[in-house]
Amino acid sequence: MLRFILWRLLQAIPVLLAVISITFFLVRFAPGGPFDADKAVVPEVRAALEAQYRLDQPLHRQYLAYMGDLLRGDLGPSFKYPGRSVNELIATGFPVTAELGLYAMGIALLIGGAAGLVAAQRPNTMQDYLPMSAAMLGICMPAFLLGPLLVLVFGIWLEWLPVSGWGQLPGDKILPSLTLGAAYAAYIARLARGGMLEVMSQDYIRTARAKGLPEYKVVLGHGLRTGFVPVVAFLGPAFAGILSGSFVIETVFQIHGLGRFYVQAAFNRDYTLILGCTVFLATLILTFNLLSDILAAWMNPRLRAGLNTGRN
Amino acid sequence: MIRWRIVALALTATLASLPACTPGESRVESGNRLGIFHIGNGSDPESLDPHVATGIPAGNVFSAIYEGLVVSNPYTLEPEPGVAERWEISADGLRYRFYLRQNARWSNGDPVTAEDFRWTYERYLTPAMGNEWAYMLFPVRGAKEFFSGDLTDFTQVGIRTLGEYSLEIELKNPTPYFLQLLAHSSSAVVHRPTIEAHGSPTARYSAWTRPQNIVTNGPFVPYEWKISRPLKVRKNPHYWDRERLRLNEIHFHPTENATTEERLFRAGQLHKTNTLPTDKVPVYRAANSPALRVQPYLGTYYYQVNTTRPGLSDARVRRALAMSIDRAAISRSILRGTSIPAFSMTPPGTLGYQPPAVFSFDPDKARQLLAEAGYPNGTGFPSFEILYNTSEGHRKVAVAIQQMWKRELNIDVTLTNQEWKVYLDSRDNMDYDIARAGWIGDYVDPLTFLDLGLSSNGNNNTGFADPHYDWLISEHIPAARTRPERLARFATAEAYLLEKMPFIPIYTYQSKYLLDPTIRGLPPNIRDHYNYRYITLGSAAD
Repeated sequence: MLRFILWRLLQAIPVLLAVISITFFLVRFAPGGPFDADKAVVPEVRAALEAQYRLDQPLHRQYLAYMGDLLRGDLGPSFKYPGRSVNELIATGFPVTAELGLYAMGIALLIGGAAGLVAAQRPNTMQDYLPMSAAMLGICMPAFLLGPLLVLVFGIWLEWLPVSGWGQLPGDKILPSLTLGAAYAAYIARLARGGMLEVMSQDYIRTARAKGLPEYKVVLGHGLRTGFVPVVAFLGPAFAGILSGSFVIETVFQIHGLGRFYVQAAFNRDYTLILGCTVFLATLILTFNLLSDILAAWMNPRLRAGLNTGRN
Repeated sequence: MIRWRIVALALTATLASLPACTPGESRVESGNRLGIFHIGNGSDPESLDPHVATGIPAGNVFSAIYEGLVVSNPYTLEPEPGVAERWEISADGLRYRFYLRQNARWSNGDPVTAEDFRWTYERYLTPAMGNEWAYMLFPVRGAKEFFSGDLTDFTQVGIRTLGEYSLEIELKNPTPYFLQLLAHSSSAVVHRPTIEAHGSPTARYSAWTRPQNIVTNGPFVPYEWKISRPLKVRKNPHYWDRERLRLNEIHFHPTENATTEERLFRAGQLHKTNTLPTDKVPVYRAANSPALRVQPYLGTYYYQVNTTRPGLSDARVRRALAMSIDRAAISRSILRGTSIPAFSMTPPGTLGYQPPAVFSFDPDKARQLLAEAGYPNGTGFPSFEILYNTSEGHRKVAVAIQQMWKRELNIDVTLTNQEWKVYLDSRDNMDYDIARAGWIGDYVDPLTFLDLGLSSNGNNNTGFADPHYDWLISEHIPAARTRPERLARFATAEAYLLEKMPFIPIYTYQSKYLLDPTIRGLPPNIRDHYNYRYITLGSAAD
């Protein structure tokens, strides 16, 4: 097991290196730079600013210097917010993103799980078709469409909920969490329905029914545990998806999470912040993948046996 | 269908479990009680270092936490005493002698001295600092040379102390608006020991501006600043005029979304908004709301023409384009009466200056000019592009102008939008035909608008270079003896610029915001400048 983990960690290094290097050079090719502004910046000022951020050095020297800082865990100063470090901005933004992700996940599990359960009770009836069509719609509808739609209805027409923000007005966390959770609720509904349908045709369910258990006990007590295995397996990738998907949500709802810093950094050509967010998220996603692999290996003895040879 | 109810119940339970703020007393109510002014400030200030930050949100904070030699009166915008209690100007207008009040203190109790100002201005102009405002002090003798590195000895620059509490500044040429430059938020004085305690004095990346480190000399001093949270400042216990301050604290709320900001105001969470969505203005107007403020602003929205492009290189064509824009229609139907049609680059009423009326909306004259230029009824006119940075507002204006030019002149125009930095890049490299632009005056004087046409101005990326115009601005106007003469010469210059029309003025900006009607001492002015010393809260009950 230890060898497996070490092996996966070793594999992560070239991936991370490639991500950083590609991002580092790619952002430099974008037209415009961090110091371009509406008002012309005189050459003397530009030179001074570039010197302060090492931009006056050849690109490969900048790259090596950046990698050196990175090894020490220093993501550098932000261009857009002088006086603040990228580490600090990430530390501010990530808790918000994580909170948003958590609520979204909760909503996805509750709505998706309930819908899947309901649908599986009477397959191929309206009770099945309705939630499953809604789930299909949820999967197809991108967040950048669903978000503004919800804002239009609940924020602008009905004026029930705030149109944007996070923790500023009562209830402003509802729409973003709902929007982000919707797509995952849809997936979970489909997985839950599939899982439940399979389980409910099993012999032990028939036995449970035969001994006269009420239907709700059969479903919740016996069916659910096995029927939701696919849902649980989906949670790992779903969390990575929610983290990266929250960019869109944070932009639509103007939430100051990591995603919004990331998007704004791209607009501002805040090179260090773009890189910092990329490194951080890449590391996070690699970690999640590693964890879910470990979990899967631990749960599945056949896979575990294969791992001891050092391959998977 | 009972199970649907379960789903609905589960949904409700989820929503209810999300944390929500408890309403209770609104921020405006508690603010009125405690003397805390809650203001929507657009976005986070990028820095609290006045030699680093350039944005308006930072400028609003600087007026609260720093105080320069002079400050602007919010009613008249005329300079009034700040740290300097009085000053003398020599008869030739070249020497300014400032006498500092001896009770001016930093927030740590240190006295504010003439040397603090001298050191601040040295830092301001030090090339390595990369201060984007540096040009504001260029009227000072030797300042430009020091900034560009031709002069390395700061004692050669016309700024020197005449004792602990007096300072003399010597100018290159008489500059009638010089005191305004000193009242500008970028001309704040900074605390040398604090800056030096946290690294190189010219470093942008320094911890001296952190609330736990910062020392300022204004009426207020920051005590809390987390990114994307309200920046909080409280009364400076050592401020010389602290007895007369009526506010205890100011909280600058980052409010990037205007729709949310408007809701925050309605929910009693803000005393003042930064702006108001254009489509909300008619609603507040119809309701005759006392909270609505719409007032002229010292800024012009215009189209700049690349004068090196075929067809557009002819001034008659540029005038024809300008004359066939129905600005009244744009202001009325697109901007909902939140802008003033502009027929000059300088907004009207710039401290007594009235711009010349050179042209008007005149499609017949426009067609005639176009014919004279060799394109009767638009025949043979090369098609061109309007470039704007991606924004719904800019797009609407561009579409309207596209239709007007087609209808009046039979000219085909296409629209291109680019993301902000790409757009700036295209504009700087003159990779455009006609580009949307805006200019906000740095100070209240026609020069801040009219020097855009100088061939040497870095913001003039139209290819327009006219020796006569350069002479008018850089020699003829500075030689004026009296104020009326100076303004008359500006009018001549502006009329000349509008004949050449490298910039097509479209409208004068207006600032629009909501203000709690019980607030006193926050008068409308064209710079949207506040002096927090004048502000009182909750005075309706008086």
